[in-house]
Amino acid sequence: MANAVAHHDHDSEVGANIYGLIAEFDDPDALVAAARTATQAGYRHVEGYSPFPIHGLAEALDFKDWRLPKIAFFGGVTGMALGFIGLWYTNVIDYPWNVGGKPLFSWPQFIPIAYECTILFAAGAAFLSQWLLNGYPRPHHPIFNARNFDRASQDRFFLFIETTDPQYDSIGTANFLSELHGVLHVSEVEKD
Amino acid sequence: MASTPTTETEERAVVERRGPVRERFIDNEHSYSSLTDIIGEVVLSPRPPIVWFIVFGISFVFVNVFLMAVTWLLVRGTGTWGNNQPVAWAWDIINFVWWIGIGHAGTLISAILLLFRQQWRNSINRFAEAMTIFAVICAGMYPLLHTGRPWCDYWLFPYPNILGMWPQFRSPLCWDVFAVSTYFTVSLLFWFLGLVPDIAALRDRSTHPFARFAYGLASLGWRGSARHWYRYEQCYTILAGLSAPLVLSVHTIVSFDFAVGIVPGWHTTIFPPYFVAGAVFAGFAMVLTFGIPLLKVYPKLKDFITLKHMDWMGRVTLATGLIVFYGYILEMFYGWYSANTYERALVMNRLFGPYAPFYYALIFCNGIAPQALWHPKLRRNIPFLWILSLIIGVGMWLERFVIIPMSLSTDFLPSSWAYYEPTIWDWALFLGTMGLFTFLFFLFIKFLPMINIFEMRELLHQIHEYEHGHNGHGGNGHHGNGHSGNGHSGAVTADATPAQPNPETLEGGH
Repeated sequence: MANAVAHHDHDSEVGANIYGLIAEFDDPDALVAAARTATQAGYRHVEGYSPFPIHGLAEALDFKDWRLPKIAFFGGVTGMALGFIGLWYTNVIDYPWNVGGKPLFSWPQFIPIAYECTILFAAGAAFLSQWLLNGYPRPHHPIFNARNFDRASQDRFFLFIETTDPQYDSIGTANFLSELHGVLHVSEVEKD
Repeated sequence: MASTPTTETEERAVVERRGPVRERFIDNEHSYSSLTDIIGEVVLSPRPPIVWFIVFGISFVFVNVFLMAVTWLLVRGTGTWGNNQPVAWAWDIINFVWWIGIGHAGTLISAILLLFRQQWRNSINRFAEAMTIFAVICAGMYPLLHTGRPWCDYWLFPYPNILGMWPQFRSPLCWDVFAVSTYFTVSLLFWFLGLVPDIAALRDRSTHPFARFAYGLASLGWRGSARHWYRYEQCYTILAGLSAPLVLSVHTIVSFDFAVGIVPGWHTTIFPPYFVAGAVFAGFAMVLTFGIPLLKVYPKLKDFITLKHMDWMGRVTLATGLIVFYGYILEMFYGWYSANTYERALVMNRLFGPYAPFYYALIFCNGIAPQALWHPKLRRNIPFLWILSLIIGVGMWLERFVIIPMSLSTDFLPSSWAYYEPTIWDWALFLGTMGLFTFLFFLFIKFLPMINIFEMRELLHQIHEYEHGHNGHGGNGHHGNGHSGNGHSGAVTADATPAQPNPETLEGGH
């Protein structure tokens, strides 16, 4: 866009305190397209920010991670095993209850609790791993220094390229970002 | 973003193009920021409306009634309640089952409708989930208190103890402990997970330093990055997938409390599905009972909870109500078909016994009254829906009354038969839990967004995609059933929607 302004002229010659460059959009589809362009242009340390999950954005950033479902699955298996073995140990081995003359190991009656434990552990594992894999809780983060970033949780969409990117160049990357389709504004993000 | 129309004809073209879609999910022109504005305003405005204070004040009075009832119960014991042999289970279990059933609609809306990609749930799932949590809190009070010594409630859980004993895990009552506590925990996790991005939006929007701090803390520092959303959605879907079988299992297990017993009227295989359907039925009624007055207090939210939502909630209520009614018919059938003296006696007792008026009231409330929902105009008539939701709430309570004290008061030995009556403390505790529920709910709508903002943005994005005809997939779920909006009672503004959606203009875009 013609009116996009690159804002990298103040005291950024050293670049030591710079976290990266951020481009602002007001359209989710423009962000996805921009993310795809950045990835195709060879940028690796790219991140998109949006006020709601956008399908295709993670794919545009070449991001895939299937650890969470696996952790949840193992959580569920653990819960089921714990539940079932726990019932067996408590009601068959350690304290054999004779209820109505049923066999001690009347396993169908252990299913409901084992089932609930499966769900409890799977849900707990999914919930906890979501926060831990995403690195939360983390109340402070340099990205919050970005211009207008308050709106990232409301109605604006951001594409961020970190200085650690091997292809990062304070002027070249800024030009690259400001030439993206639909960009409103490009600015530097300070580390603190 | 949709460009704003300039001339009147263009405007009419926009209305014609997006009318049917918008009529269902989001009314009037909205952008991502206006969604946040309107929903966030309920929380961030310094003074809630006066009605909020009135309802909150009344519910606070009943919270105190609740505390008084609990105190008296702890001082004097469960003898203050009306239950005694042979009716050992009465209001404690009726109200437990009633409350926990009410919670089920929240999980159904948030989890099962999510898995079926029913986007209309996006505007009602948050407060329905909150109702789940508060209803389970109220439900949980009863089993915890009816032990008589709630300070010993940890005995319900298996823990290595000095007595060398373990709970008897072949009993459905022990299953209940796991089912209800798992249900509460998973519902809470799911609710919190959904809240975090919205809390982050409030953090970024609020101006008061304390609000910024508190919401900032509760948001855990959510930044909304693409990688985070990716795992977030994985987690959200997994929790939904786990909640769906969970909600079915909870009321199934609750029904086992009865079905495993040999008491006449309890020992039937219809109980699990009939209980689950009854739970959803009661829960949707409760969502309407609270949702309709909320729209009166916060009229701006009518853009998001439209007549279409009312209509569809009415349909779910009708469908589950029919299953419940089928259950009542089959109960009668079992009485005859079992050829069991006691089962038959129970049926006669229901029809002609001392509690017969309750049974007929039940059939009216849950069997007859919901049939009105077949009529589309009545499904869109807000005052009618509200009154019907109250009738259903009463009906579902009566159902548990018919099942529990009616069966127990006339057991196998005529010499031990007894008439059951609740005491004033039964009433106090029940009204007290209603007060507690309302109290918690009104705290919730003051401090947390009652509509899921980020999912509404997602919905808006999908609607835009659909309207612009970017691709055929954006409109999934918006298709089907082009019901016209002609029966509107004026509760929703901008009603100039065409009678039928024109698929050509919808797909063709502009």
